[in-house]
Amino acid sequence: MAVLYINGKQVTLDDDPRTTLLDTLRERPGLTGTKKGCDHGQCGACTLLLDGRRVNSCLILAIQCEGSEVTTIEGLSQSQGEQLHPMQQAFVKYDGFQCGYCTPGQICSAVGMLEEVGNGEPSDVTGRGEVTLSRVEIQERMSGNLCRCGAYANIVDAILDTANEHSRKTGGPAT
Amino acid sequence: MTNPAAIGQPLDRVDGPLKVTGRATYAAEHAFDQPPLIGWMVEATIPAGRIKRLDTGAAEASPGVAAVLTHHNAPAQTPFGEPDDKGRFTQSRAMLFDEHIRYHGFPVALVIADTLANARHAGALIEISYEPDEEAVTTAGEEADEVPGELDGGMEPDLFKGDFEHAYDDAEVTLDVTYTTPNQAAAAMEPHATIADFDGDQLVVYMSVQLIGPSVKALANTLKIDPDKVRVLSPYIGGGFGSKLGVHNEAILACLGALHLGRPVKVVQHRRHVFHNAPHRGNSVQRIQLGASRDGKLQAIGHESFMPMARGYEFAEPTGASARTTYRTDAIKSTHRVKSTDMPLADSCRAPGHAIGSLAFESAIDEMAYQCGQDPLAFRLGNMPDRDPGTGQPFASHDLAECLREGAEKFGWPSREPQPGSRSQGRQLIGYGVASTIRLNILVPSKTRIRLSADGTLTAWADMTDIGTGTYTILTQIAAETMGLSADRIKIELGDSRYPSSSGSGGSFGAASSGSALLNACENMRTRLLESAREQGLIGDEPADDARFENGQLILGDKTLSFTEVLNKSGAAYLETDGEVEPGDDHDNYSQHSYGAQFAEVHVDRDTGEVRVQRLLGVFSAGRILNPKTARSQLLGGMVWGLSYALLEELMLDERYGAFMNRDLAEYHLPVNRDMPTIDIHFREHPDPRSNPLGSKGIGELSICGAGAAVANAVYHATGVRVRDFPITLDKILRHLPE
Ligand code: FES
Ligand code: FES
Repeated sequence: MAVLYINGKQVTLDDDPRTTLLDTLRERPGLTGTKKGCDHGQCGACTLLLDGRRVNSCLILAIQCEGSEVTTIEGLSQSQGEQLHPMQQAFVKYDGFQCGYCTPGQICSAVGMLEEVGNGEPSDVTGRGEVTLSRVEIQERMSGNLCRCGAYANIVDAILDTANEHSRKTGGPAT
Repeated sequence: MTNPAAIGQPLDRVDGPLKVTGRATYAAEHAFDQPPLIGWMVEATIPAGRIKRLDTGAAEASPGVAAVLTHHNAPAQTPFGEPDDKGRFTQSRAMLFDEHIRYHGFPVALVIADTLANARHAGALIEISYEPDEEAVTTAGEEADEVPGELDGGMEPDLFKGDFEHAYDDAEVTLDVTYTTPNQAAAAMEPHATIADFDGDQLVVYMSVQLIGPSVKALANTLKIDPDKVRVLSPYIGGGFGSKLGVHNEAILACLGALHLGRPVKVVQHRRHVFHNAPHRGNSVQRIQLGASRDGKLQAIGHESFMPMARGYEFAEPTGASARTTYRTDAIKSTHRVKSTDMPLADSCRAPGHAIGSLAFESAIDEMAYQCGQDPLAFRLGNMPDRDPGTGQPFASHDLAECLREGAEKFGWPSREPQPGSRSQGRQLIGYGVASTIRLNILVPSKTRIRLSADGTLTAWADMTDIGTGTYTILTQIAAETMGLSADRIKIELGDSRYPSSSGSGGSFGAASSGSALLNACENMRTRLLESAREQGLIGDEPADDARFENGQLILGDKTLSFTEVLNKSGAAYLETDGEVEPGDDHDNYSQHSYGAQFAEVHVDRDTGEVRVQRLLGVFSAGRILNPKTARSQLLGGMVWGLSYALLEELMLDERYGAFMNRDLAEYHLPVNRDMPTIDIHFREHPDPRSNPLGSKGIGELSICGAGAAVANAVYHATGVRVRDFPITLDKILRHLPE
């Protein structure tokens, strides 16, 4: 038995302890937005935010998440009062997807990634410290999310625009 | 003011909000009153032979298990492959039928349980022993010597034009090279998935499939059910790329489960299943012989293709398509041979024929250009055909040369050093490559029905699919422009076998076919509206051609009538019209293709041989562009595939078992975001009236044909190393690089 907070709602799980967080969500009506592409941590389709950090939900068992806050793609828009989250809007505007199957994972990953950049977490492109959000920086940090439709360039456009929009509004750096 | 939803406008995808919020329901995600039971496929571990012993006792006794289906207890089916004269999309896909194993991974049992964890655990408890067929054929190469009945797309396996042997022998410059391409997976991000529900009479099947009508027939035929009792739904599809054209294994299994238990059963292929239980593209050996005069005029083009064909499953890829369609020549010899194998099904994958045909052929053309001492761009331009080289038919339109010229200028081709291996920057060798792009343009019969309601909204229905191509969006635009409605007044309903029969998605024909049918339905609706308005005495007898349809209104002479007014006056709650399209004489009498030219800049590391693509640029000619935003995305995706075919993708075959070893997304290499170069896409927009009533042409497969060869040719230009065995991995370059 584990108690989780999924998109702000307290949920008590009594699922089989072998069940991944991903399967736990996907078998619940209204939470199928989180996708399964590989079940192996190799594609990123199952990415969601666990206590604010992006994780592959196929690589974590639901019972490990006791007490955690889970934000799925459905929760991102709920947090905006059923409006699209700015990242979701940008994905539509820049056509950051085609079939849409990798998309919830890409969007959750992008939201989590901008947090990491804001925290000055290092990547292969930039070491620890202040990060300038260049295209290659985004490309590197989003390389855990496969898109077989090949929407990568548009995904980078969408993320850059969201980050710039955010910094315009807050006056802070583009992260 | 232009309608922002009109044809040619960059309208955002109408299904976008659903997809970015996770609310678009893919096959495995449909909710039922009673949650579906979960099926887990158990796969055979031999390539061919028979099941000797199968013990399901422990699995059946395992917690949560509702049933274990095997050939002992599965519902009745038509034998695999029957009838054998109606094509592969409707023939029986029987499984769990008898003890016979068709290939490694072929399903031998389906465990059905309350949860995935229980089903999967029970699957591991099944004990099976086999009697392998010692004669199993588990590799294919240039020894292939069977002549296929016909090639995919209807081309003849063999084409001879002129006297190839003489032309080749007499040529001043000749080239005789063999290229190979590996087995490749479509690897759509959504694994194949199905939920089947049987209520004792009707079988309702949610699945991820590109062609709905043929799937109904295949299921009905396989399961011996009246087709009228089968309903297939596929509203959202997480990528298809040909691998979801027809019914695949999990669909049959889910239906068998539902028929057996009378409850909904969901079977989702695990990613590891997909590599054997969904089709792949077979490996090819392509021998190419070219003959030219010293001044670079092609005189002989020879192309011999050798590929596998899964036993009992007739599909032969037209790998010679590029050799037959691209350049002017005096003589052509193009042959296709296949070898029957006991291997997973080889079938359509994005641009059958042209995709891997162009990879090899456009590389060989490049080699020939260098042999003739010519610039590869100039060589191509010097060999433009004035009619279809293979069929002799006139072109419906042809601007390959213009694409090449325009692309060269935009790319900065003239700054290229002619000599391979002559430009570098630090430890990076820099190369430019070019390739011609060509892809069949097809129109297939399609129907649709529309309803204009008194509230001024329009709904269209077709059993068409949107596999990420943008069908929902471009159909909205066609209706918006023709009827003068805004996008929010239009609802496009697709992906249900109860709707009128359409082309489905495949072969780049979806937009043209389903779009033309909708255009026709809307034109019929305009006529109906006019008639109705006339009958009510709302308009005079001005010629119908003068009528305009704008902002939900009919405008004729000095009258402006809202659609609502016309309908209310006539007392009708709605008007319905049908539309359809059939390919006409222009498709019989003209050679119809989309075109393009693609350019690549690569950097090759002198010390490691690693290739990084820096830039890709394409100029494409695909008739009228229905939506530049979604069209660009299609081309972008194809270019990514081309890059991937050149450098990354390869299913590694374990020849002992006819099995692929790298059955996951880490070992089967796909490009990631960081692998992306700058990609630049341009359209040469010329509506082609011979193509279809919209003037559009196929675009979904266009750019994959040529992008890979442009990269390969750039690698040669950077290094002077010509790799003829795709993909071009660094080991194949490194050993030839100068110290
Ligand atoms: S499903 Fe979790 S990474 Fe692929
Ligand atoms: S949009 Fe189809 S896989 Fe990314």
